Amino acid sequence: MAISVEGAHKRFGDFQALDNVSINVPDGSLTALLGPSGSGKSTLLRAIAGLETLDAGEVKINGEDATAKPAQKRGVGFVFQHYAAFKHMTVFGNVGFGLRIRKWSKPQIEERVHELLRLVQLDGLADRYPSQLSGGQRQRMALARALAVEPQVLLLDEPFGALDAKVRKDLRAWLRRLHDEMHVTTIFVTHDQEEAMDVAEQLVVMNQGRVEQSGSADDLYDHPANEFVMSFVGEVNRLGEHFVRPHDMEVVLDSDERTEEAMVQRIVALGFEIRVELLLGDGTQVWAQLTRTELQKLELREGQIVYLKPGQTKSFSGSAKVVAAA
Amino acid sequence: MAGSSRTSRLSLRAVALGYLGALLIAPVGMIFYKTFEDGLAPPLEAITSPEGLHALQLTLLMVAVAVPLNTVFGVGCALLLVRHRWWGNRLVDAIINLPFAVSPVVVGLALFLLYGTDGWFGPLLAENGLKVLFSTPGMILASIFVSLPFVVRETVPVLQEIGTEQEQAASTLGANAWQTFWRVTLPAIRWGVGYGVVLTTARVLGEFGAVSVVSGEISGQTETLPLFVSQQFEQFNLAGAYGASILLALLALSTLLVMNLLKRKEGA
Repeated sequence: MAISVEGAHKRFGDFQALDNVSINVPDGSLTALLGPSGSGKSTLLRAIAGLETLDAGEVKINGEDATAKPAQKRGVGFVFQHYAAFKHMTVFGNVGFGLRIRKWSKPQIEERVHELLRLVQLDGLADRYPSQLSGGQRQRMALARALAVEPQVLLLDEPFGALDAKVRKDLRAWLRRLHDEMHVTTIFVTHDQEEAMDVAEQLVVMNQGRVEQSGSADDLYDHPANEFVMSFVGEVNRLGEHFVRPHDMEVVLDSDERTEEAMVQRIVALGFEIRVELLLGDGTQVWAQLTRTELQKLELREGQIVYLKPGQTKSFSGSAKVVAAA
Repeated sequence: MAGSSRTSRLSLRAVALGYLGALLIAPVGMIFYKTFEDGLAPPLEAITSPEGLHALQLTLLMVAVAVPLNTVFGVGCALLLVRHRWWGNRLVDAIINLPFAVSPVVVGLALFLLYGTDGWFGPLLAENGLKVLFSTPGMILASIFVSLPFVVRETVPVLQEIGTEQEQAASTLGANAWQTFWRVTLPAIRWGVGYGVVLTTARVLGEFGAVSVVSGEISGQTETLPLFVSQQFEQFNLAGAYGASILLALLALSTLLVMNLLKRKEGA
């Protein structure tokens, strides 16, 4: 394991940021720490980097205990959400910073920095100051700066969080390609499940300072460990103690013993995808995701009475009791 | 509407310029006029007299000692206040403002109480051959006291504004605390520190009250330029007083000018 955290605890005053967190990140992988704000994901990342000290627990980097090591000796590259660019240095100065600290010779620094600037597609901008770059360019500069010192692991804290949607998508794809070329063990923090599933091989879902589940995107989506994971990695409807994804909600026009009556409240067309909002007899509101073709076949209109046939449902804690009662 | 906003803008300008003109420009302008009323010779003669030159030398010595000390202390203190949260922060913060709150004359008297022949430290230092009052060390102490808060006050907000992320980035790139300070923190706060230095210099150059009490105003020995001005004035040597005043003003202005030039050079 390139990175392993064992039994991490961290408290900020009354706030429990990390509550007995353990994770393992395989060598050369790209892992996403996914969770809502305040879930502890950034604190965990910062603890791995040495920017935060743990109250208890240990951090190992490439098998070596790094818990007591200061950030400067951990050999990690860290990329901040708001870039943390050295504003008084040019792009060249920023990217070469770690190399100057390591007392590389001038020609060596020159060569390495230009190599990295080509990698992040910023060659030609070496003499600019950070204030003269766009957000996306600044973040690529920050990434080049972190990669310059050949870190053992690369840690990215909501790296695309401050960028607009289009740039975010481009950078996401680009980060994925970069990782495939470089194979540096990478962890990145995000609150965007789509981003996490798009980029990462392994996802760690966090909530309230704890790890809820880790695994591949498919694992989490198809076999969520609990209600939180199920609702965080995708859309979900609640039917009593059961949970069902909107695309597993089949809408039919005839009832049988397995169907439930519902009234069509609203039909929203989002391109190819159609969102049908339904009201159940007990007042529960749910929605079904249909395709345009399905909608045309059913000829639904608002106010119509239809029948729902939930496909795959899931139930979590206390589910046995509910099933028995039914 | 446009007309009335134009009127109010013009009257605001008139008030601002009138205020500055009457209260700042007119007195300073008068000094320039009076100094050179009878040509260059009288003020030059006064300044280049042995007493005048000595006063200039002593004033520059005050600046040379007090400004670097207060700059180093001020930056360190600002770092302590902003970057390290501890119980003594509010106390330190309040104490630093003391020189703003206390009249310089009171500072002078306080030094008298400490270093005088009946003071706490006075006899001990005198035994070891160090004379503080009526000599340069006491005047330097007074200058340091009155000019202490400027660098701290100018640096604290800039430090707060730059935040800690750049410093954290430097540490993940392998920089130790010292390297981070020199290569990242100090360059980021340099203009705040710079203004603090300019203000400190101006204060030390112009300090009268505290220095006057501890110096004993011995002509040619413990007389700084402001004391020299006052003495010349009392002796009705107006040309000398005006000349020295101009010199003092030019020294203060030149520090501001040097900083603005540095800043412009970098901006270009």
